[in-house]
Formats: sequence, structure tokens, C-alpha cells
Amino acid sequence: MANEKKFVWTKKDLLGLEYLSGEEIEHILYTAGSFKEVTTRQIKKVPALRGKTVVNLFYEPSTRTRISFELAAKRLSADVINVAVESSSVRKGETLIDTGRNIEALKIDIIVVRHDCSGAPNILARSVKASVVNAGDGWHEHPTQALLDIFTLRSKLGRIDGLNVSIIGDIAHSRVARSNIWGLTKLGAKVTVCSPKMLIPEGIEEMGVKITHDVDDAIRNADAINVLRMQLERDTSAAFPKRIDFFKQYGISEERLKKCKPDIVVMHPGPINRGVEMSSGVADGQNSVILEQVTNGIAVRMAVLYLVAHAKR
Amino acid sequence: MSKYLIKNGRVIDPANNIDGSLDVLISDGKIEKVEKDISAPGSEIIDAKGCIVAPALVDMHAHLREPGREDEETVLTGTRAAIKGGFASVACMPNTEPPLDNPAIIRSLKEIIAKDALCNVFIIGATTEGRAGKRPTDFHKMKKEGAVAVSDDGSSIEDASVMNEALTQSKEEGLLIIEHCEDKKLSGSGVMNQSFTATKLGLRGIPASSEYEMVARVIESAKNMSCAIHIAHVSTKGSVDAIRKAKSSGVKVTAETAPHYFSLTEECCATYDTNMKMNPPLRSKEDVAAIKEGLKDGTIDVIATDHAPHTDNEKDVEFDYAPFGIIGLETSLSLSIMELVETKTLSFSELIKKLSVNPAKLLGIGRGTLKQGSCADIVIIDPKKEYTYTKESIGSKSKNSPFINWILKGKATLVLVGGRPVKL
Amino acid sequence: MQFKEKAKILDKEAIDKSLKRMAHEIVEAAKDMNDTVLIGIKNRGAYVAERLADKIRDIAGSRPEVGALDITLYRDDLTQVSEQPIVHATEIAFDIDKKRIILVDDVLFTGRTIRCALDALIDFGRPAKIQLAVLVDRGHRELPIRADYVGKNVPTSIKEVVEVRLAESDGKDEVIIAEKAD
Repeated sequence: MANEKKFVWTKKDLLGLEYLSGEEIEHILYTAGSFKEVTTRQIKKVPALRGKTVVNLFYEPSTRTRISFELAAKRLSADVINVAVESSSVRKGETLIDTGRNIEALKIDIIVVRHDCSGAPNILARSVKASVVNAGDGWHEHPTQALLDIFTLRSKLGRIDGLNVSIIGDIAHSRVARSNIWGLTKLGAKVTVCSPKMLIPEGIEEMGVKITHDVDDAIRNADAINVLRMQLERDTSAAFPKRIDFFKQYGISEERLKKCKPDIVVMHPGPINRGVEMSSGVADGQNSVILEQVTNGIAVRMAVLYLVAHAKR
Repeated sequence: MSKYLIKNGRVIDPANNIDGSLDVLISDGKIEKVEKDISAPGSEIIDAKGCIVAPALVDMHAHLREPGREDEETVLTGTRAAIKGGFASVACMPNTEPPLDNPAIIRSLKEIIAKDALCNVFIIGATTEGRAGKRPTDFHKMKKEGAVAVSDDGSSIEDASVMNEALTQSKEEGLLIIEHCEDKKLSGSGVMNQSFTATKLGLRGIPASSEYEMVARVIESAKNMSCAIHIAHVSTKGSVDAIRKAKSSGVKVTAETAPHYFSLTEECCATYDTNMKMNPPLRSKEDVAAIKEGLKDGTIDVIATDHAPHTDNEKDVEFDYAPFGIIGLETSLSLSIMELVETKTLSFSELIKKLSVNPAKLLGIGRGTLKQGSCADIVIIDPKKEYTYTKESIGSKSKNSPFINWILKGKATLVLVGGRPVKL
Repeated sequence: MQFKEKAKILDKEAIDKSLKRMAHEIVEAAKDMNDTVLIGIKNRGAYVAERLADKIRDIAGSRPEVGALDITLYRDDLTQVSEQPIVHATEIAFDIDKKRIILVDDVLFTGRTIRCALDALIDFGRPAKIQLAVLVDRGHRELPIRADYVGKNVPTSIKEVVEVRLAESDGKDEVIIAEKAD
């Protein structure tokens, strides 16, 4: 019949970029581009998920990601419910799987889940027929964040293939890093990770990345850098970098940025620790696309919700 | 007088250097004779055509959960699983609730065993009071009450002076210490082997060094005290190397491994299946190869199951929250045949040594042999039988096995305990 | 699903003639061409809209603005043509308030696609008037929708399929009727 571009999305869940092919990632990005147009209209709503229900099941507190998913769902005309679960190491009450089954009994179509345990969305996806979208699980993956990072990058530089992208920060504990590495390498980018030795996780080079502990080395030839949030509250061991030392050694300052390519793209998943990972000057400067990332996040999440809801299983 | 005659089988009795087509005559619970073409009118015939007849398997490392966690397993259901797996003797670990760290509790467990057990259950007492690693129990009293060994399994003895005290008693009383070697400061809150797989999955890693460094320390202590020691569930190349070296320099160390350490690798955790979570964790391909090599060259003396039942409720949770452990009594023999005999790593005779002769010897329970006059604990094994290990077929009360729906090869078709076939 | 070509109902010349005539009709009916815009329904409707705009330029001297509308997000199940339609971007770079919109599509059939397009346009703004121009009207309406400007009326049976092929997407210009081969 028609000579139309044929691609069928078959996955009911989005659990991570590790599980997607380059083609599938491209399809999400293409669809996100179409949805971006919707977000520029006066009436920012389309009926694509009308009558469907999306639950934001957040075991870890988060305002920004939750709002982003909520807006994305609402712009698709879906009904949205937010569930914030009290998280503690001594769990009382329902198990994750029981919660999932109860949600399913309410005929929910999509569960967007954020959890502090790696693999929780995978386990949930196995036990429910509803679609499960990973909004961040432990140290494992944060696929929609990486997708919006890549979407933003491509909209700025026109491509991903062949780009030098450096990810800077606490790689070991970062789900944003892992998802970005999967997505970028599958689309042909050359990825470098940069952090203090103790924050480079075992075997990361097997993901096809270069490793460096010198941030100037990492950013020198980079077309783009993704600066991760440094959670200094996390670890109190002596070896862990302290706030001031970290900025001196790894922080992106205006001086450091001057040594880079003039149109280098500076990204950050937010929220920024000003004066720790980067200076205010860089965060608000002309190379920064941090706010665009937030805007693009809606279009990307709309695309994801749309695709999983319509997956040909 | 009950007489049984097992005919037409291949008798493998490594303790007495026997491997051939022979018949076995059992009378009044004891082995009367092992010869060619026995005729014994009045005896009940058991046809073992195409099968192997061997001393019944002995598991020197199982958790039967009674007293305290009868929801996970009981002596009854645990021994039922044992019989299905070809075992006539099981040594149960003391990390029960309360722990088996005094004669009174051992006595009460013996009563339960006398009433409920479908096979022999031998008791391993706790090495230290409350398994807390601070004060050794009274080995003399424990042995008198019937304990065949001691262990704090689940925990390591971190304090070297406490270990030395325990070793002293062990030597004096002739009660073997089975040591779980883990440096908790290195393993921390890890949930799987520290590796690239752990990095990919975003899970906290347990480094291999947390095992082999502790193994080296324990061996050193044993050497200094000139005392025998047994290393539980060896899983790493580093541990195998340390034990091999120690043995070659005359240290009285013995070791066991479990079937999952030569059947699965850390990559099996990729789907966050909590039935792949145990301690020590599944390791790398290199470690698996080293375990097989260690079994082959005798560095590892015993295959023990580390049967650790947990209910579905406990395991059906996030990987981080699931308890460590899998059941293993019913699959140990099949996996050993598939991974070791079929791959020509071990001969069948050598396998029977690891599963029966050696553990029996280490525990001093007088099993593992078909010598005339010995207790007739016998297993008949069909080495070619293929079957699907379904959840419904599991005899254990808990179903936490990573091998569910696997097609396994090699099955125990009958177990005789004290000369009596056990019908399930 | 396999199709067997039955007949060619329009060739390249015929298509061109039809579009020229439609352009004349559109210009004639306009009070003021300055307020007229063309919006084509992706994909082929958009190409037809571009061609119509060229023809209007030839007649009226100036080319009306042209937009392209993707209606995938507005479809109900019955209008889904392929197994899982791909969402393309809508490109309407101008304000549609108070405009006379000529909605353009290649084939008018049940009318459901047009209904979706109307839903989409309402979300974009408040046009003064919406009219419909189609290259082929094949009948079998399921909703009360009619075209204002038609290239050719082609009576068909429900088993048949009308396929518009354009150089922009298919390499040649022709309209054929095909039948489901079973």
C-alpha cells in the first residue's frame, strides 16, 4: 500500500535504554519531535490518551520528574493519579508487587514508577499487565532523562553520531549516567566518563566508554558535557570529595569552559548545586541548555507514554 | 526380618573401590553382601536396571528452619525434599530461632527429628553463643548431646582470638568447625557479586575478596592451632587457590561448594530474579571454572547444597530487600551430573565421593559406604532420566529455586534409609 | 493484505487539470484571498495542498500560506490506516484565527479523517470558516461531511481501495482503484 515509514513499537514498558535498540530510541526521539510541536500550541492538549489513566507511583520523593510526567500525561488528555509512598528500610504495609496488582485492579493503564531499589520497575513490569515506565530506579536507569538529554543535544547539534560527549560526576551512583551511556553509544556517540577514582564503577569500560579522572582532559575536545548532580550528603567517608575541593578539581567554571569548543553544549539533569558541579555563570550562560532540557522533558515523556500505551504486544 | 535385594544395577561404592554390575542384599537395615548374581529367596526385589546403586547422598549443609521458621520449612518437609534429591542424611545448620547453641535446644530438636524426619537428620551446633561470634559454646556438652559439627553459618567469626578458642575446643573434642568465610566490612550491604554486571544493574557488589581474604585468615588460624577446619560454600577462584596451597603444605583444611556455584554465573541476576540472590553470591565465569577445577583436583572435597528455604512472600520483593538463599536438596544430584559428569570433569565414582563418601567421613556418621555390615542407606540413580523441574513437583515447603522449569538430567528414583525404601 | 490493481482513473495530466480547476473554484469563491490558507492532511493531503497553492499563485498572483496537519493523535480506532500509525509533527507556522481554511486531503471516504482534522484545527484556534478540498471523493460517507471542492467523483464498492500516488511520495502521479485479493 502506502510507502510510509514503517516502525511498530512493541514494548509495553520502558524500563531502561539498555533494553532498546538504536532504532527504537530513534523512534522515541522522532515521536517526541512531533509532540514538541503540541507543546508550542495555544491549546497544549491532544486526545491521544483520552480515557486512559496514568499513576505516578513514587517511592522516592521528586517534584520535578513527577510534575513533568504529570504534565505530559495531562497534555495527552489522560487522567493522572499521584501516589507518594513512604519509603523506609523497614517496610510496613504492601509489597511492591501487591501495590502493582491493586493498581491493576483499578484498571490503570500506565504506572510511572520511581524507586530507590534498582530493578524495582523490572519486577513490577513482570507482575502487571499495565505498562510500566521507569522514572528512576536506584543506581540503575533513568531512561526518560537520558532521552530528553539526547533529544536536546540533537536539537542543538543536529546529530548524535560521532559526537564527543563527556559525562562528569558521581558515575558510580548515577542512573542518569548509565542511561545516557546506553543511549549515546547506541546512537554512535563517543562517550567519556570523568570522576574521582572511587566514583568510577567496576567494569564501566565494558559499556564502550573512555575513562578519565581529569576534567580538563574530559572537556577539552567535547562537543557536549553532561554534568551530574553531586550528592555530597550521601557519603561521609574521609576519601569522599568535599564541597570546596570538588569544585576546584571537577567543577565547571567559566575559566574551564573557555578552554573548550566555543559552542560546547552544557547539560545538567537538575537540580543544580551552584558552585559545586558548576558555577552560576556556566549554569546561566549561553552554552547551557539546562532549561531547554526541562521543556523537552515534557515532549519526550509524552512520546514515551503515547508509545507504551499503544504498544503492539 | 526385612530383606531387600537390589538387582541389575551398576554399583558404585568408592569407599571400597567398587564400580561394576553387582547386586546388593540388604537385611535388617544393614548391608549383608555386595556380589554378582545374588539369589535370596524371600527378599523383596528392587530392579535397578540401567541405574546406579550407591551409598545414599549425605548433605552436610542444609537449613531446615525448625525451630522458629516453620513457615519456610520443617524437619518433615525438609527431609521429604532430601529423599526426593537422593539424600538419606542431612546435617542441619544451627541458625534457627532460637539458635542451636545449647544442649537443651538440641535435645528438643532431636525429639522433633525422631517424630517427623523421613531420613537421618544430624545436628550442627552453633560455634558461638547466639552465633554472635563472641563466646564459643561448650563443645563437649554439644558433642555429648549429639552434635556432629559446629558452625555459625550465616555469620563469620571476625575476632581471631575467639576463633582460636573455638579451634582449641575443636581439637580437644574432635568436633569439626564449618566456617562461613565472609569479611562483612568488605561485603557490606552488597547483594550480588561485585562485577560489571552489578554496575550495569545498579546493585551494590560483594567483592570476591570478602570471601577469599577471610578464607586465608581462617586457614592461617587453623594452621597455627594445628587443627582441622572445613570451609563452607566456596565460590571464588581466590578461595580455591588458597585452599589448594594450604592443602599442599599439609594444613588440615577441607572445603565444600554448592551446585549453583558451578551451574550459574553472576549474569543470571540480570533480570533481578531474587532466586539468583544468595550469599556467597553467584560469581564470574572464571570463578565457576576454578570451582570445577577445584572439584576435579580434589581441592574441594564436598558438594553440599546450602539448602536455604524462603517463602514466596519473602522473595517476591525488590532485589535489595529479598533474603539471601535458595533451596537445593532436590536439584543437587541432577545439576552435579549435568555440569560435572556429563562434561567429564568428574567420573560418577568421584561424584559419589563428593556427595556421599567425603561428607559422611567429615561428619563421622559412618555412612557413605556399602561395606558389609554398614547401615543400608542407599540411593538408586537413573543417570539418563530427563525431567522438567516444575514448581508443583517441589517437595520442600518453600519454592525459591532458580532452576524451576529447567529440564534436568539424572534423578534419584529410590532412597533406602536404614534398609527401608522411603515412599513419599 | 494483498491488493490487485483494477483500473487507473486519473493519470498525470488528469490530476493536473483537476487541481487547476479546483484552484479556480477556490479563488472564485473567495471574498478576499488574503484571508485564505491551505492546510493539508499528512501525508499526501499536504502534497496536494502545496500543488494547489502553486496553482492559486498562477491564477491569483500570490501564493496562500500552506500548513501540514498530522491527525494521528486525534484518530479514533476506525480511522487507523496502518497497524500502528507513526506520529509526525504538525507544521502550521501561522495563526489560524479568523482565517478561511481550505482543508486539503487526497481521498474523501468515510469522513472520519476529516472529523479528526476538524477536532485538531479547533485546538489550534478559531478560524472564520473551514472548507474542504479533495482530489477524489469515493463515496460511502459514515458522517455528515461533504467536500466543497472535488477533483473527481469516483463511485466505488466497499471492497475496493482508491490509491492516490504522487511524485513527491510515490515517484509518479496517478490515481488507481485496487481490489482486496483473497
